[in-house]
Amino acid sequence: MHETIEIFVNGRAVRVAAGMSVAAAVFVAGEHIFRTSVTGEPRAALCGMGICFECRVTIDDQHHARSCQIVVKPGIKVQTS
Amino acid sequence: MMGCDIAVIGAGPAGMAAAVRAQESGARVAVLDDNPTAGGQIWRGGERTQTGALARRWLEKFKSVDQFAITNCSVVSAEVDPLKLLLETSDRTEIVRPQKIVLATGAREMFLPFPGWTLPGVMGVGGLQAIAKSGLPIEGKKIVVAGSGPLLLAVAAHLKRHGAQVKLIAEQASRGALAGFALQLLRSPGKLFQAGGLQLSLMGIPYLQDCWVTEAHGDGQLKSVTLRGASKTWTEECDYAAVAYGLYPNTELAALLGCKMFGAVVAVNELQRTSISNVYCAGESSGIGGVDLALVEGEIAGYAAAGQEPAARKLFGARKRAQAFANALNSAFALRSELRTLPRPETFVCRCEDVTFKRLQSVSSFRAAKLHTRCGMGPCQGKVCGPAADFLVGWRTESIRPPVFPARLGTLTFDETEQQDIAK
Repeated sequence: MHETIEIFVNGRAVRVAAGMSVAAAVFVAGEHIFRTSVTGEPRAALCGMGICFECRVTIDDQHHARSCQIVVKPGIKVQTS
Repeated sequence: MMGCDIAVIGAGPAGMAAAVRAQESGARVAVLDDNPTAGGQIWRGGERTQTGALARRWLEKFKSVDQFAITNCSVVSAEVDPLKLLLETSDRTEIVRPQKIVLATGAREMFLPFPGWTLPGVMGVGGLQAIAKSGLPIEGKKIVVAGSGPLLLAVAAHLKRHGAQVKLIAEQASRGALAGFALQLLRSPGKLFQAGGLQLSLMGIPYLQDCWVTEAHGDGQLKSVTLRGASKTWTEECDYAAVAYGLYPNTELAALLGCKMFGAVVAVNELQRTSISNVYCAGESSGIGGVDLALVEGEIAGYAAAGQEPAARKLFGARKRAQAFANALNSAFALRSELRTLPRPETFVCRCEDVTFKRLQSVSSFRAAKLHTRCGMGPCQGKVCGPAADFLVGWRTESIRPPVFPARLGTLTFDETEQQDIAK
């Protein structure tokens, strides 16, 4: 089994595989909405390669972080909309 | 930042090949890439995830220049005379002044708007694969793979191998066009299609041609998609839908530098040189052609940028063969006009600013759309809606202005004389 680490998604502790992207970890945490659009629609990851900005979340103090381009680190706090 | 002769922008196959050949030729090379690892989108994850022989060979070669590669770095702005690049990483801003640039900025997936395409659970084809490779659990998930191009086959096979229940592949290209392509393949080096097709039949995934997704359904989350085939329209339940219509070249930096375009791609000469004499371009950004073409173009650009023109010329034959294959591929998977009728008036075309198709139809150019509707003005800077608008109504994004990527204010007002302090 791969090494796992603990992170926090919307305040809940979740164990995820080390090396995973934050986007994948959000799904693993059981969330399927990453952000809310300007007209209030729920949105989630689309392009998986850092282009579309649909997967942006808050990671610790960093707002609008593209979760598909960032690898999880122990203890990070991820906040979806 | 260390000095360098050649800055290679993009560490996919073309950028890696360019960097390796330029370095071998004695040039000091810096490689800049937006992703966590080298490998580009096709070899995403680098050595950690790539097991194919071709990928491993190039990733291994690239190790010699790897120490001069900066990953997770966005090139925010670029200038010519002299060349200057403004970069941003998560904690630093830097300026690089190379003698030459090789643009290997690759391509992104082409997304076309259809009702429901903004629902969570609808992703790109390479998009779903990238997120799955980065850890998304897909075992037992019901997935529809749709759109166009050979990537659909590769991704469906990948998902199935990892335990997903791939219900079907919907390819918009016609059976006739694909049959012609399969015939051409017999005379070509690539074996992709036979290999892909054979594997799929063994895996039991239906490969439907003349077939596309017309609508995605769900209440805040994808539940099903409606498909239109040659003789029927029906609905498939699914957890994820992977939908994309081939690739669209990333040319924003080239446009910002002032390189001439040829249609939607960067115009280059036989040495992969752009209209700016010290800027080269290779790979998908100079024409969609797949990994073999990207590699050989990258090698040519790397040699040429390092002043090794004879070595570059020796590769022209290999490039010609790869180009012939790419041409056959592109014509077989040409997009059908019915796809232009998919968005309804209320369907969003611009996902950042939620601009509907109806609002776009009230203006006459991408520039007017930006000014009057904010289409293309959001964080993605038109990278998703731009290609869609190009296909739907024939608009090109005429002017590119920095920043080509959302950047921190500190980066935009970056003062080089303070670089030492900030870099520490």
